[in-house]
Amino acid sequence: MNELKTNSSSWAAASTRNTARLRYWTIAWLATTALAAFGPKWVWDFDTLLTILGVVINLGVGFGMIVATRNHLRGLDEMQQKIFLDAAALSLGAGLVFGIGYELLEDIKLISFEPEISHLLVLMSITFIAGIIAGHRKYR
Amino acid sequence: MKNRLKVLRAERDWTQAQLANELDVSRQTVNAIEKGKFDPSLPLAFKAARLFDMAIEDIFQDEVGS
Repeated sequence: MNELKTNSSSWAAASTRNTARLRYWTIAWLATTALAAFGPKWVWDFDTLLTILGVVINLGVGFGMIVATRNHLRGLDEMQQKIFLDAAALSLGAGLVFGIGYELLEDIKLISFEPEISHLLVLMSITFIAGIIAGHRKYR
Repeated sequence: MKNRLKVLRAERDWTQAQLANELDVSRQTVNAIEKGKFDPSLPLAFKAARLFDMAIEDIFQDEVGS
């Protein structure tokens, strides 16, 4: 029988590295989103070139975050992948069903304010986190 | 699906973390497999069989009809 490895496996190290990369990309995306949202008004007085540059940088960093998320998912073990994908499916389903329903409320005059995309993002984030927690509890 | 992973691990005096390290999965995944809450994929089951130098069916058994 094989001797046990003495150090942490390359899988564990890669997983930790992927998580750290995803964290950095997410922080960078949030920062560039804030820059693209508030920069035109508070920093460069709606200069068109700088505004376009801010949006392009935000999209570029957003693409980097998507790649980092994919790499993070691929680096998880099979149970962690299942928990992640179950939570993502729950989040996507909730976002679709409640997002359309929320939009409909305004169309049929049941609410007087305009639905905000940020409300949908909050809902999807909460359902994703709830899905992750439920998944970990299920397999505990 | 039943499995003998916990028994085999205990016979070798390994911790869940050590077994997880060998199988390239998290300790939580080893725990879930041992408790029968998560069924491993075929590649992971074969990896466990190679590690314990046993046939795959000597570690994992189908519960249907048993």
